[in-house]
Amino acid sequence: MTEEVAASFDYEIEKDDFKIAGSASSHIKKILKQLGLPNPLIRRASIIAYELEINLVIHTFGGSMRLEVHPDRIVILTEDVGPGIEDVDQALIEGYSTANDKAREMGFGAGMGLPNIRRCSDDFSIRSKLGEGTWIRSEIHVG
Amino acid sequence: MKVSEMLAGAELIQVAGESGNGNEIKGAYIGDLLSLVMSRALEGNLWITIQAHENIVAVASLVEVSAIVVAEGIRVEAGTIEKANELDIPIFESIAPAFELAKTMIGLGIQ
Repeated sequence: MTEEVAASFDYEIEKDDFKIAGSASSHIKKILKQLGLPNPLIRRASIIAYELEINLVIHTFGGSMRLEVHPDRIVILTEDVGPGIEDVDQALIEGYSTANDKAREMGFGAGMGLPNIRRCSDDFSIRSKLGEGTWIRSEIHVG
Repeated sequence: MKVSEMLAGAELIQVAGESGNGNEIKGAYIGDLLSLVMSRALEGNLWITIQAHENIVAVASLVEVSAIVVAEGIRVEAGTIEKANELDIPIFESIAPAFELAKTMIGLGIQ
């Protein structure tokens, strides 16, 4: 596996900013399209990016998302400034959610975000520390 | 079938995205949970929902649905309309429930 990074893009995501939620994911999709990657891969990356972005908006005090384009893989990373996940294993179970009523009314918070991200990833890792924050890495293999 | 042809056969009010009326409709998806829509709706689907906030435009754009129909007489928010116009995503309002809309669309030949 090469460590060469062809390109990387960084996005700042604000807590509770539902108005622009989705714009980072849309930008990521646009870049991957411009690179001429296959549609199924773009779709998986878009789902991952959107779910990660919405998680930052709904569940965190804000954070950053990074897209790395390598010759053999796409990596999407997020890092937030808290509050951290109490039980990561539980958070990965479909249907488990700690989202508030507002998020649920908007059609979020069904407990599908992290499972969706993991399902769409070839490689997925998550680290979280209560009171500190959460770090997620999702990788899709190219070719 | 193009969005404009579907519009001619259904009682819908277009509120945004006229420039996308040439989009080709390939099937339909009904859903209000955005995570499900993201993972299950297919490119070209007509998306019937009761969500009307700005994020439906982001989801529609990422999935590349052909158009959105907001059912049950729910009014589409101004910010949603503005964003949909920017991205050429047709949005329609209808007083009909999703099931009635589905019957109409099937009647028009959308499978």
